Amino acid sequence: MTACFSQTAQMPLIFQPRPALPPPKQSVGMIGWLRANLFSSWLDAGLTVMALFFLYRALPPLFSWAIWNAVWFGGPQSCAPGADGACWAFVADKFRVLMVGLYPASEIWRPLLGGVALIALALASALRIGSGKIRAALWVALPIPLYWLVNGGMGLSVVDQSLWGGLMLSIGLALAGIMCSLPIGILLALGRRSDIAVIKALCIGIIEPIRGVPLITILFMASVMLPLFLPVGLEINNLLRVQIGIILFSAAYMAEVVRGGLQAIPKGQYDAAKSIGLNYWKTTVLVVLPQALRHVIPSLIGRCIALFKDTSLVIIVGLLDFLGMVKASSQDPEWLGHDAEAYVFCALIYWVICFGMSRYGRSLERLRKKDGLDNA
Amino acid sequence: MPDTRADADTVIELTGVNKWYGNFHVLKQIDLMVKRGERIVICGPSGSGKSTLIRCINGLERHQTGAIRVQGVKLTKRAKDLHAIRGQVGMVFQNFNLYPHMTILENVAFAPIWVNKMPLVKAQSQAMHHLARVQIQDQADKYPSQLSGGQQQRVAIARLLCMNCRIMLFDEPTSALDPEMIKEVLDVMVALAAEDITMICVTHEMGFARTVADRVIFMDGGEIVESNTPQELFEHPRYDRTQLFLSQIL
Amino acid sequence: MATYFDKKQVTRLLLQAVVTGGIIYTAYTLFLNTQANLAARNIASGFGFLSVEAGLPISNSLLPYTPSDSYGYAFLVGVINTLHVSFLGILAASAIGVLIGIARVSRNWLISNLAAVYVEILRNIPLLLLLFFAYGVVLAGLPHPRASLQPGWGAYLNNRGFYLPRPIFQDGFGWVAAMFGLTLVMAILLWRWAVGYHRRTGRYIPAGWLGCILIIGMPALTVWLTGTPLTWEKPVLRGFNFQGGMVLRPEFSALMIGLVLYTAAFIGENVRSGIQSVDAGQIDAARSFGVRPGIIMRRIVLPQALRVIVPATTNDYTSLVKNSSLAVAIGYPDMVSVGGTIIGQNDQAIEIIGMWMAVYLCINLIISTLMNWINARVQLTER
Repeated sequence: MTACFSQTAQMPLIFQPRPALPPPKQSVGMIGWLRANLFSSWLDAGLTVMALFFLYRALPPLFSWAIWNAVWFGGPQSCAPGADGACWAFVADKFRVLMVGLYPASEIWRPLLGGVALIALALASALRIGSGKIRAALWVALPIPLYWLVNGGMGLSVVDQSLWGGLMLSIGLALAGIMCSLPIGILLALGRRSDIAVIKALCIGIIEPIRGVPLITILFMASVMLPLFLPVGLEINNLLRVQIGIILFSAAYMAEVVRGGLQAIPKGQYDAAKSIGLNYWKTTVLVVLPQALRHVIPSLIGRCIALFKDTSLVIIVGLLDFLGMVKASSQDPEWLGHDAEAYVFCALIYWVICFGMSRYGRSLERLRKKDGLDNA
Repeated sequence: MPDTRADADTVIELTGVNKWYGNFHVLKQIDLMVKRGERIVICGPSGSGKSTLIRCINGLERHQTGAIRVQGVKLTKRAKDLHAIRGQVGMVFQNFNLYPHMTILENVAFAPIWVNKMPLVKAQSQAMHHLARVQIQDQADKYPSQLSGGQQQRVAIARLLCMNCRIMLFDEPTSALDPEMIKEVLDVMVALAAEDITMICVTHEMGFARTVADRVIFMDGGEIVESNTPQELFEHPRYDRTQLFLSQIL
Repeated sequence: MATYFDKKQVTRLLLQAVVTGGIIYTAYTLFLNTQANLAARNIASGFGFLSVEAGLPISNSLLPYTPSDSYGYAFLVGVINTLHVSFLGILAASAIGVLIGIARVSRNWLISNLAAVYVEILRNIPLLLLLFFAYGVVLAGLPHPRASLQPGWGAYLNNRGFYLPRPIFQDGFGWVAAMFGLTLVMAILLWRWAVGYHRRTGRYIPAGWLGCILIIGMPALTVWLTGTPLTWEKPVLRGFNFQGGMVLRPEFSALMIGLVLYTAAFIGENVRSGIQSVDAGQIDAARSFGVRPGIIMRRIVLPQALRVIVPATTNDYTSLVKNSSLAVAIGYPDMVSVGGTIIGQNDQAIEIIGMWMAVYLCINLIISTLMNWINARVQLTER
């Protein structure tokens, strides 16, 4: 305010700010960065030297094995046993079975089409093309046409489920597992929070034992014990049994994640809903669940990643998923001694998918923190 | 304008201090002399480098060029030098920075025990004494989260008193407080000013500056624009920048 | 109003009755079906099979076992193996995980990013893949016994296992053991005295380090003074194989390597997020008083970080125990492996699966209780 100084005061001088100077060479640029980040103290410098030495011993042999000396094409004869280069020709040769198992070659266009659709939808989600709601709806709707494509029926010839395998089987088990276990998990979580004693006890009685035992025991239960529970004469094939086991296992963990989200909903939300006359189910579906689920999206995605990795265990109950086919192919007498290439390839594919999902989850979390809107 | 010549009474001396964050020149050629017992308020728009300046004085940030001397000791990268001055210079932070897992008493006694190697009982009785000085001794067994902002800041000040810091740096001590609590903290700071403690305070509380400060320094764009007594600076600002800033906050 | 309440209560009672009825009905139907199926397939019921002679070969066993022992004993051997692997795995994974976590928050760009690469790779591949790789490629890729790797100290690494010298304790060793026990007690007393001394006089004595030196040094001194009553039986190559010494079989080693490296990645992330959860301002405040970095870490950062780390790590520990069941895929005879073989022989899946569940639930209960106790102590000091 101008009343601060008298009218007869001098007019203030114009201030000439100093120009901004560039920083001294030593503290910025490459040298500055090195000094700050790698050599900031004697201990630091020592660690850096050790790390560089380790990289020097580890990376060049890896590079030369995987790329420089590797054989990329050809048949079994192109790869000499005990060679010091990777034999990627082996992976190329086995590529089809690694992807789709024993699926008949004549019908391969069907899983191929399904795979393309899946990748397209995944890219759309990653790059956020189109509206979030449409993408979410597509993800939910996708498994059914995918199943029809792979299985057959209604115009397509049926392919027996014992021929399904490879990456297609892993993804199929995971997708179906996620789609089915999430609703069941939500019901279990709601039931666990219910104040009706029997329902609460039932849900706890389902969730806690499942979470306390390894997936293998659940798979054994599904594979070996489930047939005993069914009426005599009714048989369901192994794939369906294993799928049920995976769904139950995942549902218990999803239930705990959802329960965490439900616990974070302030009581005010319930009060507000009751005050406008919503009953229990309407409150839950319209008010509570959307918020609860949004809260725990990163944890849910973490569960999806874990589920996808867990599908690798089905080899123990006799299904040849991606890892299973990798192991089986490496026993091929024509291509002996190339286990490493197969496992590295397998690890690479798993890593790309899982890392992609985790990055997606992290980006969702960032966005949610920014504007709290629906972003699936 | 750079100030007075350095003499035996100078406790803090900055000559030609420059600091960069990466390529950003955040402190430009700072020259500052602070005498023993002087009370200085630093004001200026946000981003002008005020916090960075006082954080350089106790070594929390490193300056790239120029020299900083505190009680005759030159600040370098060496831990020995930093350690020598840190026991004398205390800082009160905007966000209090009390240790949440310790009681108030343990918070205040922490530095005397671990830096001055004081026995526990003596440290605790000293801590109680200084808590009483800021009128908060009845909260000694509570945890920081159970106290209000104003109370926590007073505990932070007690922390410094317990270390017998003769130089106190305040980094916007009241900016994070609700209005009704600002007064209680400022009262404590005014009471401190009555003792022979050198204070450098970054704040927007101009009332405090008028009451207590020997000098007010206005900073903008990383450099000291003006430095004068509160009377002179508020009523006859020498530069347009100063006038603009004052018109916005007064 | 009265009718409204009654209606709600009646609905709830009805719901409870329906659900209870449903559960009973389902259980009963399942029970009948199971009985029928067991009869149709000629599968026995009950736990009588536990005393039948097993005839199972078990390669790795902590307890003495021969194929003429019973199924029950064989299963017990499997349980002990599971506990053995879990215990060692938890210790090793914690140690490595803490290192990884600290590396992740290091100011050194190389170290922090190397740790990040490690974590991101191991968290995004299946554990089973890691096990297959460790067993089928790394360990199988070791040379034949005749061309074993010799890293020193009489150890031989080859594709049949890790052959290590076995310690043989002779008579005088009792003194060494007694001395070890004594120094352990002494170290604890020293530590307690040092804490009191610090409180009384303010002078700090690094009792932790001194204690460690004592615990290692005094028994070593005793060993030397009593004329080394400890000899080592070294493995010796006879023909195609090694005799003597002790051996870590590839199944065990692969399982340990996979479990430890995998779980350490998750524990490392917990440690990192725990350390980063501590507000940087507090460290500023402590530094501004001149508190030394070591004290800042131990007294300010660690107590607060543990509050985040302990609950999360409990999950990782129980996961490790559950993941040990993957031993069945590489042939290590843990509980699932042995149980699975028994099922293969007599089809009594229900009993075996029941036993598995009981044991795993017990182990989980013990770990959870222990960790909850630790958690309570770590959380206690605020509020």
